[in-house]
Amino acid sequence: MSTLATTVLDLLLDPLAYDFMVRALLTTLIASVVCAVLSCWLVLIGWSLMGDAVAHAVLPGVVLAYVVGAPFALGAVVFGFLAVGLIGVVRDTSRVKEDAAIGIVFTTLFALGLVLISVTPSQTDLNHIIFGNLLGVSWPELTQVMVLGAVVLAVLVLKSRDFTLYAFDRTHAHAIGLRPRLLGAVLLGLLALTAVVALQAVGVVLVVAMLIIPGATAYLLTDRFGRMLVLAPVVSASCAVIGLYASYYLDTAPGGTVVLAQGAAFTVVYLASPRHGLLGTRWAARRRRLRRERAGA
Amino acid sequence: MATAPAPAVDVREVTVHYGEVLALDRASLRVEPGRVCGLIGMNGSGKSTLFKTIMGLVAPEHGTVAVDGGTSARARRAGAVAYVPQSEEVDWSFPLTVRDVVMMGRYGHLGLTRRPRRGDHEAVDAALERVGVAPLASRQIGRLSGGQRKRAFVARGIAQGARVLLLDEPFAGVDRDSEATMVRLLRELAAEGAGIVVSTHDLHALPELADEAALLMRRVLLHGPTAQVLRPENLAMAFGLGLDGRAER
Ligand SMILES: Nc1ncnc2c1ncn2[C@@H]1O[C@H](COP(=O)(O)OP(=O)(O)O)[C@@H](O)[C@H]1O
Ligand SMILES: [Mg+2]
Repeated sequence: MSTLATTVLDLLLDPLAYDFMVRALLTTLIASVVCAVLSCWLVLIGWSLMGDAVAHAVLPGVVLAYVVGAPFALGAVVFGFLAVGLIGVVRDTSRVKEDAAIGIVFTTLFALGLVLISVTPSQTDLNHIIFGNLLGVSWPELTQVMVLGAVVLAVLVLKSRDFTLYAFDRTHAHAIGLRPRLLGAVLLGLLALTAVVALQAVGVVLVVAMLIIPGATAYLLTDRFGRMLVLAPVVSASCAVIGLYASYYLDTAPGGTVVLAQGAAFTVVYLASPRHGLLGTRWAARRRRLRRERAGA
Repeated sequence: MATAPAPAVDVREVTVHYGEVLALDRASLRVEPGRVCGLIGMNGSGKSTLFKTIMGLVAPEHGTVAVDGGTSARARRAGAVAYVPQSEEVDWSFPLTVRDVVMMGRYGHLGLTRRPRRGDHEAVDAALERVGVAPLASRQIGRLSGGQRKRAFVARGIAQGARVLLLDEPFAGVDRDSEATMVRLLRELAAEGAGIVVSTHDLHALPELADEAALLMRRVLLHGPTAQVLRPENLAMAFGLGLDGRAER
């Protein structure tokens, strides 16, 4: 019994003997929690595609920021808003529908980022931005993740009720004298900052997973928004830890493994959630039918 | 020296386009406090657009809008206007309880983080009680019947302390019993001084509900006492052939 406990403890502590694993663990934990909290609003507003778009569109901003030595966050926010603005312009001033406008704008900006990377001489490999470089996160990068994560979380917690109102009923927000457009813009800004946090962990390509899966998973588990805000980060952080350890022992790509763990968690909840899971609702329907038949008999 | 109270809603000669589509064409509507006005018109006649104009969501190209005696913006900041949306505009699977939704009526009165105080909880309790959904307060908002949903949104307006109530199609998908409850509730609120505008294309609740009615077809064709507006020859103007009292078909 005690040997089993020691073995488990060893399995958990061994990787942490390496400084880079400690940094990796902290980075994924912070990124997964921040993304998960934000994702609760994104999935309810219906901004999943927008999240994907912004996460990709920040790439040229981050590269340019690298070139001129500005903070990544600044470049990311500028290009995040640029993307959203361009999407709006294309949608409103042509016959192209919104989903196509999103697809056109973010892929073009992402491509611009790829081209900029290819012509930018650099010591650090900018390709890491695309696929993530969890095991190579430096202390300064981790510090940036901490600061941005704290800023995003603070704003989300402080204005939580306003964002929920915005997600649920913008017209009412307007009717009582709030400024829904401003709230939406703040949320988009937070989305761009969060993308910077998450791309350190899993890279631009997989950021959208961290921005959607936790919120969607929590949404299947509860009818209370307050509980979503707890469940999403708990699920997401657990997946981050499990994914990172799995990648260490299986020698797989850490970012990819973390997202796979989240996808697995979603699948389990999708099937088994008592309230909104596939099996749960089937069983409930079956029970109702049986009860009806018995009542009819 | 008593001055007459300002109109709850005073829309004058308002014109609104969506791109090429002319939605409102010099529409005018004035409703006094304490009155219920039925806004009658076919689908696409501009009812929702008129509400959006009153709330300042749509800026008219022409004409003026006054609400509760001031600009629409002032009325909104004062929490004077409440809007009960059409059912299709609401995400009924949103993870909020009935109480959460009604509490949103208080947000304009709350501080930076909108943390409710005791008085706000009391206002919400009273509003829930008033519309008769208090026992259902901790249900998810979608787990109510059509009529209960509408009343929950009216409760939000009551908790807000609104003096002007705009209800867009509140009788769509609502059974007769709930409709009667809603009519009683709105009459009470009007008796306490609220100015109420109710859009509908279903006419049979109107004689009991509305003091006055307005026929909308991009313009307000006719505005007067309900019984007069509902005369078949007048309805024919707005509906073409809606002589059986139904707007559709
Ligand atoms: N956002 C919009 N964009 C373009 N056209 C619109 C929009 N909203 C309404 N319309 C058009 O304006 C007209 C009036 O619509 P609306 O005010 O919704 O009427 P109602 O509420 O009486 O059904 C209709 O022809 C409708 O198609
Ligand atoms: Mg309408």
